[in-house]
Amino acid sequence: MARITLDDLAHSYSPAPKGPEDYALKQLNHVWADGEAYALLGASGCGKSTLLNIISGLLRPSQGRILFDDADVTDAPTAARNIAQVFQFPVVYDTMTVRENLAFPLRNRGADPAYIAERVARIAAMIGMEDQLSRKARGLTADAKQKISLGRGMVREDVNALLFDEPLTVIDPHMKWELRTQLKSLHHDFGHTMIYVTHDQTEALTFADKVVVMHDGRVVQIGTPQALFERPEHTFVGYFIGSPGMNLLPAQVSGRTARIPAGTVPLGAAYPELTGKVEIGVRPEHVRLAPGGGEGGGEGDGLPARIRRVEDVGRHKILRTEIEGASVDVVVPEGAPIPSGPARLHFDPARVNVYADDWRVEGAAA
Amino acid sequence: MNDKTVNQKAWLLVLPVLALVAFSAVIPLMTVVNYSVQDTFGNNQFFPAGLDWFRELLESDRMWNALGRQVAFSAIILAIEVPLGVFVALNMPRRGAWASLCLVLMSLPLLIPWNVVGTIWQIFGRVDIGLLGRTLAGLGVDYNYTQDFYAAWATVIVMDVWHWTSLVALLAYAGLRSIPAAYYQAAEIDQASRWAVFRHIELPKMSGVLMIAILLRFMDSFMIYTEPFVVTGGGPGNDTTFLSIDLVKMALGQFDLGPAAAFSLMYFLVILLVSWVFYTVMTTLDAREGRE
Repeated sequence: MARITLDDLAHSYSPAPKGPEDYALKQLNHVWADGEAYALLGASGCGKSTLLNIISGLLRPSQGRILFDDADVTDAPTAARNIAQVFQFPVVYDTMTVRENLAFPLRNRGADPAYIAERVARIAAMIGMEDQLSRKARGLTADAKQKISLGRGMVREDVNALLFDEPLTVIDPHMKWELRTQLKSLHHDFGHTMIYVTHDQTEALTFADKVVVMHDGRVVQIGTPQALFERPEHTFVGYFIGSPGMNLLPAQVSGRTARIPAGTVPLGAAYPELTGKVEIGVRPEHVRLAPGGGEGGGEGDGLPARIRRVEDVGRHKILRTEIEGASVDVVVPEGAPIPSGPARLHFDPARVNVYADDWRVEGAAA
Repeated sequence: MNDKTVNQKAWLLVLPVLALVAFSAVIPLMTVVNYSVQDTFGNNQFFPAGLDWFRELLESDRMWNALGRQVAFSAIILAIEVPLGVFVALNMPRRGAWASLCLVLMSLPLLIPWNVVGTIWQIFGRVDIGLLGRTLAGLGVDYNYTQDFYAAWATVIVMDVWHWTSLVALLAYAGLRSIPAAYYQAAEIDQASRWAVFRHIELPKMSGVLMIAILLRFMDSFMIYTEPFVVTGGGPGNDTTFLSIDLVKMALGQFDLGPAAAFSLMYFLVILLVSWVFYTVMTTLDAREGRE
């Protein structure tokens, strides 16, 4: 187990990068604390697999250093880094039995046979394949093969880090939950440093202590699931995380109020004069339908909105509404009355975030 | 299950295929069968000969010797070309301009017609004017494929290896290229040795195409005619008289139609049998591994 430090790291796939747009991974400084479980979350092509491959040594970064504890491993080959990695698609040795597959990483390192047998038995129990140990891996289903890959990744106890590259893509939904829970309990038991790449926010939020959100080759926010939800540092985090994502409305902000075309929105803090692209963001969970619906009323009764669609997702309803051309989603508890005509919306002032050029601005608390 | 419509006219739809196969394969084959059970003294007069020709064939040293040479030849070239082809494929560059260049170079021998290959090696190996023959003679090696058994066999085998190893290499290369990069990365993480990577990743992924390569090379080498005929003409003596060379001598040189027809049928059945056994064994092995 080790602390992993990324020092001024950047990577470009082109041999002579001209500008920032040529970088798959833009300059990055970060320390992955020893023994924490991280999720690396982002849309496809945001650079998260690039980052993972740099950590595992499959890719050499075009600039910067990578340290395991205090040792510089930038030029060390994968085999020397003592990490384990599980890939998106199952990688198993077809001609070997399940047992041989699980034992392979230990056998190659010359481990004691009794120890190998014990570890294999333990991992097999964890992935639920004890009764298939003597079977050839070839001909197993994709999710059984992926369980073997997971098992092979976890069979070594002394790894510096365990890396997962969207490992549950091919697994059945009900098995996903189970394996994820087991990964979590494994992390709890052994305290491996784990980095889990995914584009699925549920997976990221349930697995990790800390979620690293990447967008366009850049880390936009690192935080606990709660922080990502309440204070997204970047508009991308706002709309990528949450279902539906955060509402973003172009606004003019001065002091404690934001002006949007439909009216004014009170803010929970005071902001300086902002230039550039200024937006306010509020989560659908923090928008309220004003009581009494839309008949008459002054500005203080909320923003006038037109309801376009109501989606019932079971636990609550999602209202797709429109305020002066901008769409706003609202989460309404199950059973709450929904006005038939125009509605009025209230934004919870304390939960409204202000963004300038996509980055969150911290307001001065009054 | 029995509620299918019965319409005997549907047989008519099969007729075109039957006719096609009849004219392309069955009728020509039947004329051979016809010759094999008759004797003739010319003038287009035939007499029934029963199974005499087959009996004679099975008792003839000439046929058994040719078959023995043929089996030895196929076994030797398979034993050389398959490992060599795999080795070449493993060492070919994976991408870039060098990969394309290698592919073109590898396919060149495959594009040369059989008798041209024979002519090339016939001249190449000549002691008086050939580059290879002169060089070996200059080095003091006693090499003359027209007189020496070993020289003739070596020439014929090296010629076939030169001509056909590319086929095995290209097929193996295609098999190798289909292995996703993640397999190699996983092997590196697992600290697998080079041999383990070959044994547990590359070889299993190549097994399908290698089976095709072995089958193709077996059939082709078992039927080889033109190249040894051009180079050695079956000599010295009968040392490189393989089955098809012997067959042509018998059918066209001596005009023994009956024995030649019996010979052809036996030849055909041997190839069919070996290919069938090979295919069945490979597919059952495959299925059994999948089940266990």
